[in-house]
Amino acid sequence: MIGAGKIKQYSNVLDKPLSKGKQEVSSSAFAFLFSELVQYNQTQVDNIAELERRLEDAGYAVGARVLELLCHRDKNGFTCETTFNMFYLDHVSIQEIASLMSSNCNFCCGIFDLLNFEANRETEGKLDCWVSCLLYTAQCGKCYFGKVADSLEKGTEHEDEYMISEKELLVNRFISIPKDMGTFNCGAFVAGIVRGVLDGAGFPAVVTAHFVPMEGQHRPRTTILIKFGEEVLRREARLEHGNFNDLVKAIIATPVDVKYTISFLHSSYDLSHE
Amino acid sequence: MAAIYSLYIINKSGGLIFYKDYGSAGRMDTNDSLRVASLWHSMHAISQQLSPTVGCLGIELLEADTFDLHCFQSLTGTKLFVVCEPGTQHMEGLLKVIYELYTDYVLKNPFYEMEMPIRCELFDINLSQAIQKDRVALLGR
Repeated sequence: MIGAGKIKQYSNVLDKPLSKGKQEVSSSAFAFLFSELVQYNQTQVDNIAELERRLEDAGYAVGARVLELLCHRDKNGFTCETTFNMFYLDHVSIQEIASLMSSNCNFCCGIFDLLNFEANRETEGKLDCWVSCLLYTAQCGKCYFGKVADSLEKGTEHEDEYMISEKELLVNRFISIPKDMGTFNCGAFVAGIVRGVLDGAGFPAVVTAHFVPMEGQHRPRTTILIKFGEEVLRREARLEHGNFNDLVKAIIATPVDVKYTISFLHSSYDLSHE
Repeated sequence: MAAIYSLYIINKSGGLIFYKDYGSAGRMDTNDSLRVASLWHSMHAISQQLSPTVGCLGIELLEADTFDLHCFQSLTGTKLFVVCEPGTQHMEGLLKVIYELYTDYVLKNPFYEMEMPIRCELFDINLSQAIQKDRVALLGR
């Protein structure tokens, strides 16, 4: 390659590209910033529900940006568009997708296993975008909070509910909720991020954060409850791809700490289309 | 055995913002603890003025017949002190640990108002763990 390995000299410091810098942020700095965010919003509201809503809105803006950023940073050359167009083409088999994915990127065992799982069953089913969306949300958690969510589960009561559970949410690490604030959870901010990501990816959902008491532990864990919108359900029912429930089960069975990489481009979806 | 009798945290104007006693000896009611805190604050300030050494930061250790009092003052003027059995070792280290817990679980908590009494669940949990650890270490010695 011509010019490879040669460092370009910049006469003006302003011409120099920004260095990538460290990929990590001090947890103290984050904690103080978040604390200020909560304190500021507290001065702007007169009840707790309002505070929760404001935090969620703040998170939503972050989520929408994080999704965009991750899509941009995804160096796998495996763009969202191709993925999802493939998912919606009937003649592409799951094996083909798998081989394309593995040839294109340093690919992640999670989805690959999943695809194999499907392939082995000799179904021509397609990887459901709904499921991959959830995976992606978990992956965003890694980007934003340095780790993948502790667990991702499907709600038992309703088909359209999913839960992301965290033993100790980064935002809640130093925060003790006063007794008089009841069930208020600063995880509302994280719920907002999740909502932002899902919304940006074309999966509108209602996302809420809850404390769930754990047996034998001082601190309750935080569960982010995702309830997909009706239009998502209708769309998924219309597409009816493969063994959706099997896929969900497989994903739940897959350890969440494996690295998933899948990208989205919201323009691939047309929600209004019936 | 109770190596540590009690722990006090006083804000920069001498108000008691946290008090906890361990063990039965030297138990005090709320008013007494408030009095002790503001007394200590004044004594600490006076000692700085009276000290013959230049740049004295105040009393670090008070040794009495029945107890030792170890004091740690942060740069912002918040003071933490423990009252413990005479001759108890490593209290400076413990005070540093407690100070760290204070900065983590109290100051980073958006629901804590500066200079006000500390009511943070996480601080209490982590504090009792730290004291517990200290006791275990003392017993093991």
